[in-house]
Amino acid sequence: MSPNTTQRFRSPLAALFMAFASIYVPDFSIQAVVRAEPALRQQAVALVDGCPPLEKVVAVNQAAARAGLDLGMTKSQAMQFRSIATRSRSCKQEQAAHAALLDVGWSVSPRVEDTAADSIVVDLTGLASLFGSNEEIANLLAQRASDLGLIVHVTVSSNLEVALHAARGFPGITVIPPGDESQRLAALPVQVFSPPLDIIETLERWGVRTCEALAKLPVLDLSERLGQQGVRLHQWSRGASLRSMILAEPKLCFEEEITLEYAVEELEPLAFLLGRLLDQLCARLSARSLSACAIHLRFDLDASCDHEFLPPQTPTRRLDKKSYEKLLTLPVPTRDSKMLLKLLRLHLQSDPPSAPRVMQEGLFLPSVPDPEKLELTIVRLANLVGNSQVGSPRLIDSHRPDAFQVCRIFPRCDAPQIHQKDGRQKSIGVLGKRGPVTAFRVFRPSPRAKVTLREGCPVHISFSGMHGEVTAASGPWRTSGEWWREDAWHREEWDVEIHRPSVSSANTIENAPSAGPQKGVYRIYYDVVGQAWFVAGMYD
Amino acid sequence: MAVNVAALRFQVETALAGRVPAPFAHRSIQVETAPFNIAEIDQLTGGLPHGGLTEISGPFSSGRATLLLSALASRTAHAHVCALVDGRDTFDPYSAEAAGVKLERLLWVRCRNIDQCLQATDLLLQGGGFGLIALDLSLLSPKMVRYVPLNVWFRFRRAVENTSTILLLLDQESSAGSCASLVLRLGLESCRWATPQTQRTLFSTNSCACLFGGSQLHAELAHSRVKSATWDHKAQSFTRMNATNHVANFRTRTMWRDFRETVIETK
Repeated sequence: MSPNTTQRFRSPLAALFMAFASIYVPDFSIQAVVRAEPALRQQAVALVDGCPPLEKVVAVNQAAARAGLDLGMTKSQAMQFRSIATRSRSCKQEQAAHAALLDVGWSVSPRVEDTAADSIVVDLTGLASLFGSNEEIANLLAQRASDLGLIVHVTVSSNLEVALHAARGFPGITVIPPGDESQRLAALPVQVFSPPLDIIETLERWGVRTCEALAKLPVLDLSERLGQQGVRLHQWSRGASLRSMILAEPKLCFEEEITLEYAVEELEPLAFLLGRLLDQLCARLSARSLSACAIHLRFDLDASCDHEFLPPQTPTRRLDKKSYEKLLTLPVPTRDSKMLLKLLRLHLQSDPPSAPRVMQEGLFLPSVPDPEKLELTIVRLANLVGNSQVGSPRLIDSHRPDAFQVCRIFPRCDAPQIHQKDGRQKSIGVLGKRGPVTAFRVFRPSPRAKVTLREGCPVHISFSGMHGEVTAASGPWRTSGEWWREDAWHREEWDVEIHRPSVSSANTIENAPSAGPQKGVYRIYYDVVGQAWFVAGMYD
Repeated sequence: MAVNVAALRFQVETALAGRVPAPFAHRSIQVETAPFNIAEIDQLTGGLPHGGLTEISGPFSSGRATLLLSALASRTAHAHVCALVDGRDTFDPYSAEAAGVKLERLLWVRCRNIDQCLQATDLLLQGGGFGLIALDLSLLSPKMVRYVPLNVWFRFRRAVENTSTILLLLDQESSAGSCASLVLRLGLESCRWATPQTQRTLFSTNSCACLFGGSQLHAELAHSRVKSATWDHKAQSFTRMNATNHVANFRTRTMWRDFRETVIETK
């Protein structure tokens, strides 16, 4: 606040006059960037815009201007100033800053005019009983703007146009009493009206630089030379222009966005950035006395990055438009940024961002389970039977019997291997000639068996409550390996056909369907290390 | 009697004329089927019905797992994702790969008891999107499987209805009853050894001549409520089948048989 420009309303009647507060954000583009990156607040900042490599400086703050940086310089020239931070201009951040500016206005009054990206006008009529005098309201507006990361000029006047133009010219908080408009505007340069460049040049040639000089010009002559634009400028300079407010519609959707020049690959830095955005959002919500009932999260994914903080082989498909969107509905409306951040972190940990997923890639390809549903199903199954008991089997390149591992399943939409209308006929024709492969069932763990040998061949076997005569056998097939390890194996395997005359009821693995004679083909082995017979499994 | 039946039939048809077009016409449900990839079984059954429960029962070594692997191989070859609920953790990935199952498309759930099996199947059916869900209760006691309430099978059948999922149940004795769209009984006829037992001079000869070569199996179509496209052109309906048409025999081969034949041909 500048004390020399501040003047209080002392008369109670003054409150009855209409009053408008104009809020102006100087160096708006710069402040929009600084708002998303508060560390730049004390630094000299330059914004560049344009297509690389022809990027040029489009905005500088006062510190950068003092350092000698001018508008129109190239990015490479700007980067030669080591003390100046160079950032790209961000339209999204400017939109967010403008939305925050509107929120400042709506925090005190529902009557707000969205005049320009860097200016709004708030109708203060009738607010005295709520917030006090106009000066106090102006202070409140400046404070709330500061809370949202914006340093603003606030001017209060009974004339909307005067308030608007004076805010561009006077820093801090200014209250212009009714009747003093032309007097207060007198010292301001004509550039506060943002006239076209040719009119500025014309006025410059005439020696007209201030509003006072402009107001003294005869309006008819000005009209002849500058047209209606000149007449309008003349009215503004005298503080005599009157118009009604164009009210803006309050929005209930709050957006904050940050664009980074580098990819974030880990959750911690991402959470830091999210925390900053959530702080800004919650400040805006607080200013409007609102709470969030849902959060819509959106990430643009970097094409060149593999997103290593995601689990490898995540069941995702990359699309041309790489973005991740998620809607989090909150159980209770809140504006607690810490709680919201914690929720987001938990969500991102459980469901890391990835490119959009598709269920069916081709019209003629079979659909696969929805990856999200499948993940959920697998988690539930793991909870039921254990983590290591669910997954896709993978063979291990080893001679060890029953060597495999269980991995996560990642279904993909690949083309089927049989491409014809009647796949059945082809499959029958191809596979039917050779016959199906005899399946083998592995008993885990292998039950111990009692085997009677005759001339080195098994002739009778009993295991797990079952016993039978061996009617045919093949073996021994010796296998051993990994002798250097404690769990080395050394086996003599036999394939035996067993004729079972009867089945006892007290069996564990074997659960015969009937008590009648049954046949079965089993694989048994003699563990040379453990000196015992076991049943490896059954052909079925 | 025949005249009475014809008269009764005419009377019924006359009474229902205009309301029911053909009251005595046999109407089977036309459903899409998937092949087992075993010619004899496909001709017998017409394939695995989509959106239905198929039950395969039989004693040990009767080829239930062989049929399961064939069905899995067929479905995974068509790029479907399949799930296997293994009641006794006896699934052999090596056999499966030899049978042509794409293991990366198979979700294997290794259960310890029947409760886990039923709950896991429930979860998989709720998840949806699977081409085939197999519930293997082959090595569980038939008594235990019989204790499963019938409404469980009804619920499973309802869950897969109007979907492209095939629900396959393997057990020793048929237990799903009328809930199953297709019931197949398997049995072991004989085992094939590379050399007949009578011709072997030395029982323990360790050579290719002693290898177990496969099994001769027979399958019986116990019940079928579906009429597949394949079946349609083979016969008019299931009701007109002869008893012999319900049975098919087929052979299986061991995974090393091809290798042995290759070795013999090379020699």
